[in-house]
Amino acid sequence: MIRLVGILVGLGFTFVVLLAFVTGAYTAATEEVAETAEHAFHEEAHGPEAGYSFDGVFGTWNYAQLQRGYQVYKEVCSACHSLKFVAFRDLAQLGYSEAQVKAEAATWQVPGINPDTGENEMRQALPTDYFPSPYPNAVAAAAANNNAIPPDLSLMTKARHHGSNYVYSLLTGYQQPPERMLEDFPDAAPGTGLYYNPYFANLNLAMAPPLTSDGQVTYADGTDATISQMSQDVAAFLTWTAEPALIKRKQTGLPVLGFLLFATILAWFAKKQVWADVKPKRRKD
Amino acid sequence: MASTTGIADTTPDVTEGVEGEDGVRRRDFINIAAVSAAGVGGLAVLLPLVSQMAPSKDVLAESTTELDISSLDVGQSIKAVFRKQPIFVRRLTPAEIEAANAVNTSSLRDPQTLEERTKPGHESVLVVMGVCTHLGCVPLGAQEGENKGEFGGYFCPCHGSHYDTAARIRKGPAPSNLVVPDYEFTSDTTLVIG
Amino acid sequence: MSFPWAKEYTPQNGVMKFFDEKLPLPRFIYNAVGAGYPVPRNLSYFWNFGVLAGFFLVLQIVTGVVLAMHYAANTQVAFATVEHIARDVNWGWLMRYTHANGASFFFVVIYIHIFRGLFYASYKPPREMIWLIGVVIFLLMMATAFMGYVLPWGQMSFWGAQVITGLFEAIPLVGPPLKTWLLGGFAPDNAALNRFFSLHFLLPFVIAGAVILHIWALHIPGSSNPTGVEVKTESDTVPFHPYYTAKDGFGLGVALIVFMTFVFFLPNTLGHPDNYIEANPLSTPAHIVPEWYFYPFYAILRAFTFDFILPAKLWGVLAMFSAILVWFFLPWLDKGPVRSGHYRPLFRKFFWFGLIPVMAVLFYCGGAPAEEPYVMISQIATAYYFLHFLVILPIISSIERPDPLPFSITEAVLGSDKKAVLGENAEPVAT
Repeated sequence: MIRLVGILVGLGFTFVVLLAFVTGAYTAATEEVAETAEHAFHEEAHGPEAGYSFDGVFGTWNYAQLQRGYQVYKEVCSACHSLKFVAFRDLAQLGYSEAQVKAEAATWQVPGINPDTGENEMRQALPTDYFPSPYPNAVAAAAANNNAIPPDLSLMTKARHHGSNYVYSLLTGYQQPPERMLEDFPDAAPGTGLYYNPYFANLNLAMAPPLTSDGQVTYADGTDATISQMSQDVAAFLTWTAEPALIKRKQTGLPVLGFLLFATILAWFAKKQVWADVKPKRRKD
Repeated sequence: MASTTGIADTTPDVTEGVEGEDGVRRRDFINIAAVSAAGVGGLAVLLPLVSQMAPSKDVLAESTTELDISSLDVGQSIKAVFRKQPIFVRRLTPAEIEAANAVNTSSLRDPQTLEERTKPGHESVLVVMGVCTHLGCVPLGAQEGENKGEFGGYFCPCHGSHYDTAARIRKGPAPSNLVVPDYEFTSDTTLVIG
Repeated sequence: MSFPWAKEYTPQNGVMKFFDEKLPLPRFIYNAVGAGYPVPRNLSYFWNFGVLAGFFLVLQIVTGVVLAMHYAANTQVAFATVEHIARDVNWGWLMRYTHANGASFFFVVIYIHIFRGLFYASYKPPREMIWLIGVVIFLLMMATAFMGYVLPWGQMSFWGAQVITGLFEAIPLVGPPLKTWLLGGFAPDNAALNRFFSLHFLLPFVIAGAVILHIWALHIPGSSNPTGVEVKTESDTVPFHPYYTAKDGFGLGVALIVFMTFVFFLPNTLGHPDNYIEANPLSTPAHIVPEWYFYPFYAILRAFTFDFILPAKLWGVLAMFSAILVWFFLPWLDKGPVRSGHYRPLFRKFFWFGLIPVMAVLFYCGGAPAEEPYVMISQIATAYYFLHFLVILPIISSIERPDPLPFSITEAVLGSDKKAVLGENAEPVAT
């Protein structure tokens, strides 16, 4: 009885899903699926040619690069993008001393209240403060940016596929829309206030090219501030902000795996020993 | 890991009569080694499990407090917050200093002079935790008009501990004086606590 | 437990004797996973995955309790507390990655465990109850995993909650009010997040209870084995301890190596980048998918695109739930006299060349975007899925002529070449 009901139910589901298949196949055969500009022109993100210092199992932070990247964030990105999960105290992990962190924090203004009157006012940031948002709220951010709210950058390299490479590619990837695209997909042409970038998911993004000329930032360590250099520095910095524990994680993982390998080999020999007196019986029989 | 931990204790059962004495020893060794490795692994796992409950980085970062006492007049107190607990900063009046110094320290439950409880050059500034050493209530006396207790310092209403003008325990159940935290003057009017 | 030759527990000292008289817990453990439980001697490594599943359940509970110490279930701060865990809490990043990847590995292990049961027909009498409880555990796991994924309150969390509770809307009449009731609102918000947290904390302990019933039910007939021939004599078995504790210890080591490789070196590979974006009720990510372990069922849900009497959405929901419910009826759908797939030539062909590739296809299509050809492929795969369990299995189990079985487990192990018994192209074994 159960089997009979089962067969009927099974045939029922099969019938309905095959009906869906037939209609779907008919549609697929008769209607051409329009190619989209995103599909045709979107490009896969890539990193700088030399890669990053934190790549790979044995990767480490390049602190000079992180400090440069921080400078790029501070002088360029922070005009529009917040970094709300990062505190100034975290900068100590980039190789700054406690006094330097305090001095660096003091160059930022954060919202506070007047201790006497209780009114809102800006005050100097302390190491315990988090990076402030450039806008008081989301409405202000949207209003100032043509309705496109600049996203928080704390987790950017984890919130996009190919994170660090994505940031690098996006920053270096602004270009004129290809002629062929404008011909084939006139609708995909960047509208007012939009900029063509093949690394962005729908090709046209609201962020104007932020790094426009070599030397836009003057590095304290004398590194040549080309657009590519600034882009990879800030990509490295944002990799750190997204996961400050990245290197500690890899460096903890190696001994853990080493130990597990050792313990597992021991366990294999132990298992062999335990089973040794069961298996030989085969030969006796 | 737990599933391997029992191997060692029954190993003799398995090996008895199957192999010679040498074999027994070798077999014991490999089993003991495997179980020990599992034990070491288990202990290592305890490290993150235990330390995750210790104060996190953001809590530790707030473990120092900077305090500006330029507006603190003689006879006034400030109630501030240090490590999420109240801290009392008081500029003692000459009368209070005198009263504190007049006490014979050997008669105290927790013998300390006012000098020992303040910083050189700033003997009139008394910085103590606003946490009763009995069971952790906040004593009264830091604010204008509060009960200062029988000795004119602080009074804890929970179980009736009286502290004198140097915040030393004089009467009641508290075992010791109000705690003076680690602090220093970075300038004449700036205190860094913690 | 039920074998007359099972070793009896004897307390070694006064303390153990005291316990044995007042609360015989040591005896209980000895009989459950100690020397007092005789187990077929021919189990393959596929039989390791039950213990592994137990390990991952404990791991998830331990790391989950730790995370709950630092997490706050409030839409205002939930995302930030998860970042707090990863950035500020001592070893918090390790706890979080272990818990997130632990969920994935729990499912990996459970899927292998289930497919072991399917191939060796472990659901057949006398082990129906073990199988039924197992399916209940799987359903509880899916509910727990779904609610856990909502807690970080990222974009995928939010839209996952929206889509999954939206499934209930398909139920005629009561659907829309049911969805509102489940969420405690009209869209996922604070009320939903709080109840999901509460239930996500509760359900693992319900699972643990169900696991105890699962193991209890297992100890009545004893473990199955790759030949499917029941245990006949003492020589067919070895005590669980030390034989299978040693083997499980080694298996656990291998599993941990793979697992820790993911935790330390590929911690976000099995996740989705969009969940690192805080939930935004006004903007849906371009391509929303559930966690990978739901892909096959998600593919089945999306395969129904045609309104036939009932709306397509309702068909999809019915089919998705039926895809798992059908497992409850397996013991009665598969009537074949032989258990193990090794001795069932037709069954084996449909298993390896039908079910397994179809599941692989459903796994792939469930994660692919909802466009052709993926929808059409998953429609064919869905059709086969239902045909396999509900039509093919009942029919082949009545017409199939199984290969000759070995007389006993001992004969299977000792009487002939091991490869012939356990390998793919099993020849008749009796020699």
